[in-house]
Amino acid sequence: MREGRGGYGEGPWRRALRRFLRHRAAIVGLVVVAVFVCCAVAAPLLAPHDPLRPSWTAIRRPPSPTHWFGTDENGRDVFSRVLFGARTSLLAGVVSVVIALLLGVPLGILAGMSGGWVDALIGRAADAMLACPFLILAIALAAFLGPALENAMLAIGISAAPIFVRLARGATLGVLAQPYVEAARALGNPPWRTASVHVLPNILPPLLVQATLTMASAILAEASLSFLGLGQQPPAPSWGSMLNTAQRFLETAPWMAVFPGVSIFLVVFAFNLVGDGLRDALDPRLAR
Amino acid sequence: MARFIAARLGQAIPTLWFVSILIFGLQLLMPGDPALILAGEERGDPQVLAQIRAELFLDRPLVEQYLRWLGRVLAGDLGFSWRIREPVAAVILAKLPVTVQLALMAFAIACLLGIPAGIASALWKDRAPDWIANGVALAGLSTPNFWLGIMLILLFSVHLGWLPPSGYVPLAEDWRRSLATTVMPAFVLGTGIAAVFMRHTRSAMVQALAEDYVRTARAKGLAERVVVAKHALRNALIPVVTLGALELGTLLSGAVLTEQVFTIPGFGKLIVDAVFNRDYPMVQGVVLVTAVLYVVLNLVADLLYAVIDPRLRTA
Repeated sequence: MREGRGGYGEGPWRRALRRFLRHRAAIVGLVVVAVFVCCAVAAPLLAPHDPLRPSWTAIRRPPSPTHWFGTDENGRDVFSRVLFGARTSLLAGVVSVVIALLLGVPLGILAGMSGGWVDALIGRAADAMLACPFLILAIALAAFLGPALENAMLAIGISAAPIFVRLARGATLGVLAQPYVEAARALGNPPWRTASVHVLPNILPPLLVQATLTMASAILAEASLSFLGLGQQPPAPSWGSMLNTAQRFLETAPWMAVFPGVSIFLVVFAFNLVGDGLRDALDPRLAR
Repeated sequence: MARFIAARLGQAIPTLWFVSILIFGLQLLMPGDPALILAGEERGDPQVLAQIRAELFLDRPLVEQYLRWLGRVLAGDLGFSWRIREPVAAVILAKLPVTVQLALMAFAIACLLGIPAGIASALWKDRAPDWIANGVALAGLSTPNFWLGIMLILLFSVHLGWLPPSGYVPLAEDWRRSLATTVMPAFVLGTGIAAVFMRHTRSAMVQALAEDYVRTARAKGLAERVVVAKHALRNALIPVVTLGALELGTLLSGAVLTEQVFTIPGFGKLIVDAVFNRDYPMVQGVVLVTAVLYVVLNLVADLLYAVIDPRLRTA
């Protein structure tokens, strides 16, 4: 029995959607994210030049109608490389967050539902990982795994997992006290079924908010690792590695540094806006 | 207070023990046999390989290797750098003052920018100054600090020629040149933390301004300036002070990229150089020191909080 907008009977997800759609900054963020996703997906169609093909007659050319963002030290079109770089960044963000969720959420639920030594063990392990600053842990992991985009994504995902362990554990403890979970347990549901059918769907809102904010951190971390030479390897385009190269040509070709940096900033800013909007929509108590 | 300190120490020690397992475990991810890397050109000689394995106890069970490593770490021995053949602890100690100078300057910049912006944002909540401060803070959190560094070099070094683009001069050698070489990296590091300070100060001030004691102070007829500075701000700054201790740990992380951009020979550059030289004991040592510093700063933050707010001692 639904009674119109905001009335009694409106589901929590619908209410959250209504709140989110009223959040103007979050909508702007969502539009920017959508534009970047479209650019990444349609990069082969949109790119006016081959992002990998050097042109020895067009080395370090400033922005022009032929090369909107100029060319790099090998005469490659910076605009085309920025478009393909969006693929790397967004892919790294999504894969890292999925790894963090797949590792963190089951462990967090397990800790919350088990209690005792299992909880203590998982909790201490998460604390130990959180004690190492995110980027330093990701650098160390990427260093031991070897420099490659796949390893960077794995390193970022592992480094981000403890946040989800903490969050999922806390949310699980909150949900376990609810009558519907007690009823599910009393009916003899096995723990895995209680966890997947009754606990997981009810702890999704904070996880969704954290996942969006972690996307922003993961994109920044991938750019940082690629900037250091531990992520995407040249000549494949990545915003971080493009900035690394651009550093050497600041005096003669500053455009090489401007556009990849602006792209990282815009996409991270947009994800942060969406994350803030989701937080305000899904958990009004945490609204700023 | 003694019980509070004991309880917090009791929490920190198991965390540090897990940190040690995590850092020791890193070497299990290493591709290939460490003895092969160390043997260099003699990697084809089985005797040399066996000798290296015996010297480093690589031929012993993993638990024994861990216990030996832990014993050495507890005695302050972080091993030998594979690259520069010097004790890891000594190299880290030599590099730490550079990063500490940078971190303290960044911290001062963060406080000067973030706290006043947070206060202004709370006082003009939901008005133009609040929107601007929030927008700038979110932009600060979203800006990659290595890119901001590159842009500042472009402006202040390449175009204006005001500041050196890279390098480091120790404070004791020439304080003016030292400040000139560190002001840009410190600003880059400080802006990200300033954004965090701004958000926390704003949130704490908004909460404090809605408290009964502030309403009472206003009802007594006190000037708004006194109400804000003496009543609201003093209470609001408690969580911000403790947050500061935690952010010093975050600064170490940020220093990795900033020192790379500005070629500053500090703690952050050390780990990057170690990674590229495949100097694994150095990587382990830097991560361990960072984690220990972070746990200690966490502990200091907790104790500081308890000193400022006695209610927490009984919590």
